[in-house]
Amino acid sequence: MNPFIFNQPKDLDGALSALQAPDTRPIAGGTNLIDLMKEGVMKPPNLVDINLIQGLDGIELDADGLRLGALGRNADTAYHAVVRERYPLLSAAILAGASPQLRNMATNGGNLMQRTRCVYFYDVGTPCNKREPGTGCPARDGFNRQLAILGTSDACIATHPSDMCVALRALDATVHVKSSAGGARAIPFADFHRLPEDRPEIDNTLQPGELIVGISLPEADRFMAHSAYIKVRDRLSYSFALVSVAAALDIGADGTIREARIALGGVAHKPWRVEAAEAQLAGQAPTEAAFLAVADAILQGAQGYGDNDFKLPLARNAIVQALTSATRGTDYARGQRDAHAAEQGEQA
Amino acid sequence: MELHQQYPVRLRINGQDREFNVESWVTLLDLLRERADLTGTKKGCDHGQCGACTVLVDGKRINSCMTLAVMQNGREVTTVEGLADGENLAPIQQAFIDCDAFQCGYCTPGQLCSAVGLMNEGQAKTLHDVRELMSGNLCRCGAYPQITQAVAGVMGITEPGADGKSAFTTGPVLA
Repeated sequence: MNPFIFNQPKDLDGALSALQAPDTRPIAGGTNLIDLMKEGVMKPPNLVDINLIQGLDGIELDADGLRLGALGRNADTAYHAVVRERYPLLSAAILAGASPQLRNMATNGGNLMQRTRCVYFYDVGTPCNKREPGTGCPARDGFNRQLAILGTSDACIATHPSDMCVALRALDATVHVKSSAGGARAIPFADFHRLPEDRPEIDNTLQPGELIVGISLPEADRFMAHSAYIKVRDRLSYSFALVSVAAALDIGADGTIREARIALGGVAHKPWRVEAAEAQLAGQAPTEAAFLAVADAILQGAQGYGDNDFKLPLARNAIVQALTSATRGTDYARGQRDAHAAEQGEQA
Repeated sequence: MELHQQYPVRLRINGQDREFNVESWVTLLDLLRERADLTGTKKGCDHGQCGACTVLVDGKRINSCMTLAVMQNGREVTTVEGLADGENLAPIQQAFIDCDAFQCGYCTPGQLCSAVGLMNEGQAKTLHDVRELMSGNLCRCGAYPQITQAVAGVMGITEPGADGKSAFTTGPVLA
């Protein structure tokens, strides 16, 4: 690991002030940054440990929705009673990622800041436009089984590795950031991560000196009964997604879909969502034919690079599977049905 | 400040207060093994992929290779050396022996600490849950069935879970 100066501010103002210095990075859980530093992929000369900041680890529900502190741990978020009940999609997505140990360390803010696991990005012995701009991308004609099929550029076909972010995208989250001298911004999740274009070294729209302080999600009770996170990977657990799908449905009493949300992981440089495609499910019955049609609309323009060609049919099938699972219902929906059946039984 | 300066780190390790002076880049794992002479905790991959370095920090299991010692200043650390009560093995340690839950033993300290963390978390209700929540610890000898048996045995878990399907079915992660 590169030598670096370690700074441990006691509060947010101290951290924001320390982050003003050039070549300075915050560290929270450290589960990705320390690994990247060990590999020599990132060599920050100054680290600011933000773990001592008080008041940034809360999980609160109010009339507007859910607010997650940036320093809340992934495990605490996923297992929180309110998150499990009201945002089961978010809970499931977090629990599909990493391992229990890593989820105990990793923070909500840090999850958004994860870098791609593209093997060329990680291997400092190879060129990589994301690691060293202008050196080229060996992945396009190389080992690209894990890599992107949507939103790629000539410069980069990396994927974003997060599961949590796929659910946050589906649920229209907002990222709250602060900077010194009172600066504060709210960034819609769709605008937080970016596509590689000709600047693949830039993962997101966070500006120098800005720190994520929280993530908010709008009220989402209409999706509580019908959501699913499907993650397809090379082994059953503790592995990055080949393709993942976060699906949430609002199904009316007449059985037709009122609103659908579908976001994909493992296929692009950011969580992939096509709102115009989702919209075609509104007013429709939840049938396989309808799900296949929406899958094709979402995947329009998808392109494989050889090793990852299989992701096209895989993503199509995973979308249908996720929507089918969501239709079948969450534990919450099954609980409601059981309660209803019990009530009916009592009345009879 | 200089790049090679040392930082004071105070830890309570297995019930003992210890003080160290370490460079910023020393991981908790390297502190435990190289500075605290506690070599029970193993370095497997050193990249957070195998779980051999799992220890408990304030009762929570983490990968000690993926955190800096300076970030853990003031915390209470439990390593495999701290699980037993004197000569009396912890129940999970005895269960590993009874179930033959290891062959080469290199992953075992991490498996044991991970199992204690799993029990502290209280989320596992079925055998499927135990397997899923022990998935952060690889065992290249393949003692997984015995490890699951040992952990489930201590917890009194017998339900298969995952809709009653066998250990090797795949399936969606349902919300």
